[in-house]
Amino acid sequence: MSDMGSATRHRVWVTFLVTPPLAVMAVFVVYPILSAFSYAFFAWHGLSREAFVGLENFVDLFTKPHYAQPIMRAFGHNLIVLAALLVVQNGGGFLLAWFLHREPFGFRFHRVAVFLPVILSSVIVAFLWKLLLHPNFGAVNGALNAAGLGSLALPWLGDSRTALAALIFANAWHWIGFPTLVFLAGMQRIPREVLESAELDGASQIQVLRRIVWPLAAPSATVTFTLLFIGAFNWFELPYLMTGLEGSPFGSTDVLGLVFYRLAFGNQSASVQDFGHGSALATLLFLFMAAVATAATIRLRRREIAL
Amino acid sequence: MIAIARRLSIAAAAIVALVGGLSGIASAQTELTFWTWRQEDRAAYQTFFQAFEKANPGIKVRFEGFEPANYQTILSTALAGGRGPDVMQVRAYGNLESIARPGYLMALDKANAPETANFPDSALAAESLRADGKVYALPFASQTMLVVYNTELFAKHGVTPPGSWDELVALCKALKAKGVTPFANGTATAWQNETIVQALLSSLLGKEFEADLLSGKADFTDPRFVGALTKLNELKDYFAPNFSGIDYASSQQLFAAGSAAMFAGGSYEVAAFQKQNPRLKLGVFASPPAKAGEPSLVAVFYDGGYAVNARTDKKEAALKLVRWLGTPEFGTMLSGTLQNVSPIKGVKAEAPAVQQVMKLNENAMSYLMLVHFRYQEPSGSVLLQAGVQKMLAGQTTPAEVGAEITKGIATYYTPFKK
Repeated sequence: MSDMGSATRHRVWVTFLVTPPLAVMAVFVVYPILSAFSYAFFAWHGLSREAFVGLENFVDLFTKPHYAQPIMRAFGHNLIVLAALLVVQNGGGFLLAWFLHREPFGFRFHRVAVFLPVILSSVIVAFLWKLLLHPNFGAVNGALNAAGLGSLALPWLGDSRTALAALIFANAWHWIGFPTLVFLAGMQRIPREVLESAELDGASQIQVLRRIVWPLAAPSATVTFTLLFIGAFNWFELPYLMTGLEGSPFGSTDVLGLVFYRLAFGNQSASVQDFGHGSALATLLFLFMAAVATAATIRLRRREIAL
Repeated sequence: MIAIARRLSIAAAAIVALVGGLSGIASAQTELTFWTWRQEDRAAYQTFFQAFEKANPGIKVRFEGFEPANYQTILSTALAGGRGPDVMQVRAYGNLESIARPGYLMALDKANAPETANFPDSALAAESLRADGKVYALPFASQTMLVVYNTELFAKHGVTPPGSWDELVALCKALKAKGVTPFANGTATAWQNETIVQALLSSLLGKEFEADLLSGKADFTDPRFVGALTKLNELKDYFAPNFSGIDYASSQQLFAAGSAAMFAGGSYEVAAFQKQNPRLKLGVFASPPAKAGEPSLVAVFYDGGYAVNARTDKKEAALKLVRWLGTPEFGTMLSGTLQNVSPIKGVKAEAPAVQQVMKLNENAMSYLMLVHFRYQEPSGSVLLQAGVQKMLAGQTTPAEVGAEITKGIATYYTPFKK
């Protein structure tokens, strides 16, 4: 082996290291995704695959009203969820991070407290918020009644005007610790001198936040936005657990994740299994998310400033 | 890539075969696996299977229960992967089709399962494939949509089960005036809206309406349907407070705790309520007719059946078990232990509650959407559930609900295409 050049040896070594993870990815990620794509081109009856139908399933999703209507409604809800969480969850997380970064009294406790809900499972969070929002003995309406605001007490999850907002709020409560932590880490990378000199020059808190912290924490914003976008369009657990597979009441909390599940796997008490249309919707959703996430990452990267 | 996957699967199959072979050597007995979504019936089934094992030495049955909401997905995935159970409980109607049509279940007939003769035709129809008319499972229970009531609360407030719709409204008014919630029902769980319709409105809809739907003489814009929904709309003030935010579990608790006098639901609720609160004294009555003296109707459907996996290698033993599950001897055990109505001819129930339900079943229509319109999308159930939920929230009218359901079903149901 002494005649083997060091370049060749290097190549063999790299191949040796790269092959196992590539193989695992191929078997457990690429193959299932491609096979799910292929399902979308067939007619299905339950789990039995029938004739090849080309793009028919995809076309159906846009042309047949009983597919198109719930899909467009759900897509609209996903957009609302993304916008609302961007403000409440990521925006709130940014402000919380700034608050913690300034190390107020008891900041170590607050840092843990803000992050604590993130480690809870969605099942627990859903159950907790269902109890808190219960129309007749939930703590939320209890507090409103006690404060003399009984007229504001609503069946939050049963009212089509408030149900989606209630889910968004519960989600933000669950996850706000995550963007907070990411922003906090980003802020801690900003050299102290920069902030101190700005303060010496008489910059106000808002100016420091807008002109120094926000631009310098841009990499954190890129990460949290991209993850939030993916999370908002993959949203499933919380609506499923709190308002059910149909997005009760009458579709007001319906999101694409629920539509996909109902299409593909059916709903024991209402609908039938259909892997063809379900896979077609999953394929479109995947392509949409991959395209937007890539474009957003490239765009957001450009505005990041290297420290 | 595919070659690697294939090689891996061959290796996995070899290991499974090896382990399977070893266990085969270890025990001379045939062990059958039995899958169900009725986890809560584990103890009862263990007693049933002991009786079966005693009569059939050499066969053992292992009970495996799964979460009801995902049972259909788990079962069909396992069957598609060739790893399903030997014997299983399957659901009926549209859900049965998705499993029977791909050929996962063994067809049952007079030759291989003479016990099929023990069932009425409507029960066998629930477990048949419409395409070939063959039976794929032996039905285990029928369920009846009706009103369950708390007899002690009724007695305490001096009211009796209503003989007409107006009497029902008067009864609700009287109970509410005394601070008792008349109906525990809420509408937050979508499928509850379908149960409410059939539990309360079957008599107003009528058997003739069902026949006219099937012959194409009527659709859901029919005055009988729209009129019945209009009546339901008048009753919503007597549901649980804030009913739009009350889900199935909350309304069950409300009734089981004795805070509400009635529950519009299925006969399957009775055993569940008694389990939650053994001191409850319960009665049942059928949906009230428009005028006193007219016949009152309940709505009936078959829950599901027992089926044999077409690919099991223990066919003989599996068939033996399913045939036993079709005997009057088993039907009597099932009705006695689980308080279910067995569809097997000649089974006599001992429990008064079951006897009462069997009596009501003598005048019944079908649980409409499940029995006739849950085979294709958009299913009648999806349309009815969302429509009624919206109507009871005050955001649509009975006539609009009827039109919406008709429009949806007409996309595939020829009698509605005009």
